[in-house]
Amino acid sequence: MLNVHGDFPEYAVPGAKQHRFEPYADNGGSIVAIAGEDYAVIGADTRLSTGFSIYTREQKKLFQLSARTVLGATGCWCDTLTLTRLLRARLQMYEQEHNKPMGTPAVAQMLSTMLYYKRFFPYYVSNVLAGLDADGRGCVYSYDPIGHCERSTYRAGGSAGAQLQPLLDNQIGLKNMQNVTEAPLPREKALALIKDVFISAAERDIYTGDSIYILIITADGIQEEKFDLRKD
Amino acid sequence: MSSIGTGYDLSASQFSPDGRVFQVEYAAKAVENSGTVIGLRGKDGVVFAVEKLVTSKLYEPGANKRIFHADEHVGIAVSGLISDARQIVETARTEASNYRSQYQIPVPLKYLNERVSMYMHAYTLYSAVRPYGCSVVMGTWSEHDGPQMYMLDPSGVSFSYFGCAVGKAKQAAKTEIEKLKLADLTVKELVKEAARIIYLVHDELKDKQFELELSWVSKDTKGRHEMVPREIAAEAENTAKQALADIEDSDEGEM
Amino acid sequence: MAFMGDMMNPAPFWQNGPAPGAFYNFPGNSASFGPGSHTVQEFKAHSASPITTTTTVIGVKFDKGCVIAADMLGSYGSLARFRDCPRVTKVNDLILLGNGGDYADYQYLKSIIDQKIIDEQCIGDGLQLKPRSLHCWLTRVLYNKRSKMDPLWSNYIVAGIQDGEPFLGTVDKLGTAYEDAAIATGLGAYMATPLLRDAADKGPLDQESAKALVRKCMEVLFYRDARSFWRYQLGVVTAAGVTIDEPTDLKHDWSLAHMIEMV
Repeated sequence: MLNVHGDFPEYAVPGAKQHRFEPYADNGGSIVAIAGEDYAVIGADTRLSTGFSIYTREQKKLFQLSARTVLGATGCWCDTLTLTRLLRARLQMYEQEHNKPMGTPAVAQMLSTMLYYKRFFPYYVSNVLAGLDADGRGCVYSYDPIGHCERSTYRAGGSAGAQLQPLLDNQIGLKNMQNVTEAPLPREKALALIKDVFISAAERDIYTGDSIYILIITADGIQEEKFDLRKD
Repeated sequence: MSSIGTGYDLSASQFSPDGRVFQVEYAAKAVENSGTVIGLRGKDGVVFAVEKLVTSKLYEPGANKRIFHADEHVGIAVSGLISDARQIVETARTEASNYRSQYQIPVPLKYLNERVSMYMHAYTLYSAVRPYGCSVVMGTWSEHDGPQMYMLDPSGVSFSYFGCAVGKAKQAAKTEIEKLKLADLTVKELVKEAARIIYLVHDELKDKQFELELSWVSKDTKGRHEMVPREIAAEAENTAKQALADIEDSDEGEM
Repeated sequence: MAFMGDMMNPAPFWQNGPAPGAFYNFPGNSASFGPGSHTVQEFKAHSASPITTTTTVIGVKFDKGCVIAADMLGSYGSLARFRDCPRVTKVNDLILLGNGGDYADYQYLKSIIDQKIIDEQCIGDGLQLKPRSLHCWLTRVLYNKRSKMDPLWSNYIVAGIQDGEPFLGTVDKLGTAYEDAAIATGLGAYMATPLLRDAADKGPLDQESAKALVRKCMEVLFYRDARSFWRYQLGVVTAAGVTIDEPTDLKHDWSLAHMIEMV
């Protein structure tokens, strides 16, 4: 047999490009979610892009999983599609087996498990889950691509996540401020904040823009809102 | 035929002392109990007609079809045990599909027939299996080879035919088919003949209800196997009923 | 070649049987017992790059349907190798399919799609595959292949009529999928999409203006894309069905070329 495993340094000529297939793509997109006393709001932009070109300006990245749970997912879009389809299938199986929809904290845990299942070939997805917990309080869960999960009250994720999080820390977490009193965040304030924050993101991040979809989750149901961003 | 197998009829893998395989003959019996199926190969295509016996009024019209597509260009009409027949059709479809994926052209009927026949024959060889209780007629038309038709039976034997009949009234049907000048008739004419023959050979006393299934594959259908369009089928069926009524009238007259 | 097996490393004469002198053969152990122990290929080298490629495919929605166009060149690297590569095809009465990328991968998947349609016709219940279903199916096929690190090097544009409404969607070799009113793959994403989006934003197109727009895009692409060709196909899908025009020859005029100076 020809020894193909041996070293043949003469084949590694400089200039001959070693082309390796790259299974991941960065398709951009940002998500912001805020949890309140009796509501949760989550928004995501609608730009789907790669490098310097925009695939589409109207890609929704929020996935309604039940009447009180919404997932926002950005990153590698093909992984997002696969993950959310799998997630929906698992939720449907749960509902048919237990005769009730899965609660938000349970969805949060299951998502973590599903992400970790692919630990060594991860879904390259930035997930932010928003909804109401068993007591009807708003909750937000955020993840890293391999399943680390954390509950919080506000979170920014996706391509502009790192830029937006400090702003939320300041405005909602009241970090680095003096003489402030903590008070529950009213829903209108949260909504206005999400819009402002995305306007800022669209200014600095080329992967965020075009428009945002916002879902407002309350015990009465889920409301949808659309808001335009700059399209360049 | 001796109806007592005397112990040699329990397995398809054993001959009787006088050189017969009883299991295969019993399978052929299963086909003889089934509704009549005829296939007519005319000038420009092949026509199938099936007398589908309806065993219960509770079935929806069109249930348990006996004419199938094996591929775009091949039609299969079956008689015998319907569940066995469906498996044979599935085999034919797989063969047709495999041939396409290998050669990117429709499977020639000669080859498809050979493969399906070999498959049916394999089930006459082993003690662990029973032969298929069905006969199938396969037909096609192509620009290059014209109309072609094969009939295969449970023994795995198959022949190419101008006209063939199988099932309950195959003898009567064959007699009728022999009167036709098959090579001169077009499928449009053959559809009427086929419907007439099925109505003629149907035994109203023994089997009350039946549905007539008609399909064709011809030059006019561009070599695609299709069910005969509703109007044409209805017209053929009406003519058949009329012809039958005329015969009955004249019979009465003679009496 | 699949029939021939590995000629350099033939299988033992008696596969899966016990080795001479041995009475048992446990699965997974055959390599250590068998004669001339089989070299296990630890690493399977997958195709990492396309061979014969095609360039841009473009698609645009209009009020009552969709148009898809693509040229007919198959490039072998920079060599304009094959000049008759149709890649705008009818799938059924509801679906028009366009492709760009590795041509062998396209032919492979096309034959599978064609067989799907035949299987469906064999069932004979009159139901037809709809564009959104095919689009979703393609997403799954391409994503699964990319997950095996053995991608089908292709971009697909699926156009059709979904429950009376025009549908236009695309999938790439990773399984990245989306729907839009105007889609162009490859170099066309940079040169055709701006033109298509400009026109689409001005208001709904009708069939004739959509076709004219797509033809204009093919012309622009021909002048600028070095892997493009003057012969192209254009297909239209409406509720009335799918029509694919005979290949069109683009009228090109390079008389202006000498006046363009690259500074």
